[in-house]
Amino acid sequence: MCEVIVITSGKGGVGKTTTTANLGGGLAALGKKVVMIDTDIGLRNLDVVMGLENRIVYNLVDVVEGNCRVKQALIRDKRYPGLYLLPSAQTRDKTAVNEPQMLKLIESLKPQFDYILLDCPAGIEQGFKNAVVGADRAIIVTTPEVSAIRDADRIVGLLESREIRRMDLVLNRMRPDLVKRGDMMSPEDVVDILAVPLIGVIPDDEQVVISTNQGEPLVETGSLAGRAYRNIALRITGEEIPLELYRTFSFWTKVSGIFHKNERQK
Amino acid sequence: MKTFKLFSKKTSSQVAKDRLKILLISDRINCSPEVMERIKVDLVKSISKYMSIDVEHMEIVLKRNHKRGRSRKPSLYASIPILDIRE
Repeated sequence: MCEVIVITSGKGGVGKTTTTANLGGGLAALGKKVVMIDTDIGLRNLDVVMGLENRIVYNLVDVVEGNCRVKQALIRDKRYPGLYLLPSAQTRDKTAVNEPQMLKLIESLKPQFDYILLDCPAGIEQGFKNAVVGADRAIIVTTPEVSAIRDADRIVGLLESREIRRMDLVLNRMRPDLVKRGDMMSPEDVVDILAVPLIGVIPDDEQVVISTNQGEPLVETGSLAGRAYRNIALRITGEEIPLELYRTFSFWTKVSGIFHKNERQK
Repeated sequence: MKTFKLFSKKTSSQVAKDRLKILLISDRINCSPEVMERIKVDLVKSISKYMSIDVEHMEIVLKRNHKRGRSRKPSLYASIPILDIRE
């Protein structure tokens, strides 16, 4: 049974592509067959974050327009068995693909994969519509900032109107030190505002910058962010992993409490 | 702790949270505080025909109902103290 997950945020630069790359790597490391589709036509980035930019021959638009078969456009990631990337086109724009075409593409990929991850572009225009049309569930990425949370809330509203019922929140770039001294909204605050269950918190970790520089997903490194991504991948597969990273911070126990409460409600 | 908080300034995260809460209510229904004020004026006008109300202490707020079903459709809550019900 294939699950189609869109990774979206509304605001740009909050970590959608990084999250897609690491969840792709994380799920593949768990033995799942995964394809990541970069739907950001004109501003493709997932290929460079994954370090696969030199292997692109065909792209999403080529597949949709029938210039090649899907199989020819899929890039197999040699580091993970079962991980594939369908890159976006760089020379076209969002209008090159429409919703029925995306739906058809996703349906054709479903039989071959356990998970289809769609890396959504920023914004709420055609690119967003293309990315969410075939999705069963959504992962909303946000950071603990007013602007990112506002946009995330808008996205939640749009996803609900599109009948995507299953939504989970990834809180990215969290700084426990700032939260502790009251200068950053805590995961609890963000969940309270957005009313979407938390599936993971990614600490602000310099290792993310380093791994992006190198074009290597960090999910398999022992870094804090890498471990957080691995746990989210496990939770996607249905495993119950309590949210805990900084055992010294008492709020983590509270946060994991929230998570469990959400789990029970499902 | 509470007494301590009374004398200290709000933390910036609390400020952010409070701002967001207000912002999102109007975002969610595409409704500005101005529109809310106009609704309030209209409510006062129509209810005043039937009873005298305490305009000073009346409150109208938009709340989102999210319990289990997570239905995000907001509801308008009006709390209007009645001073005297006319015959």
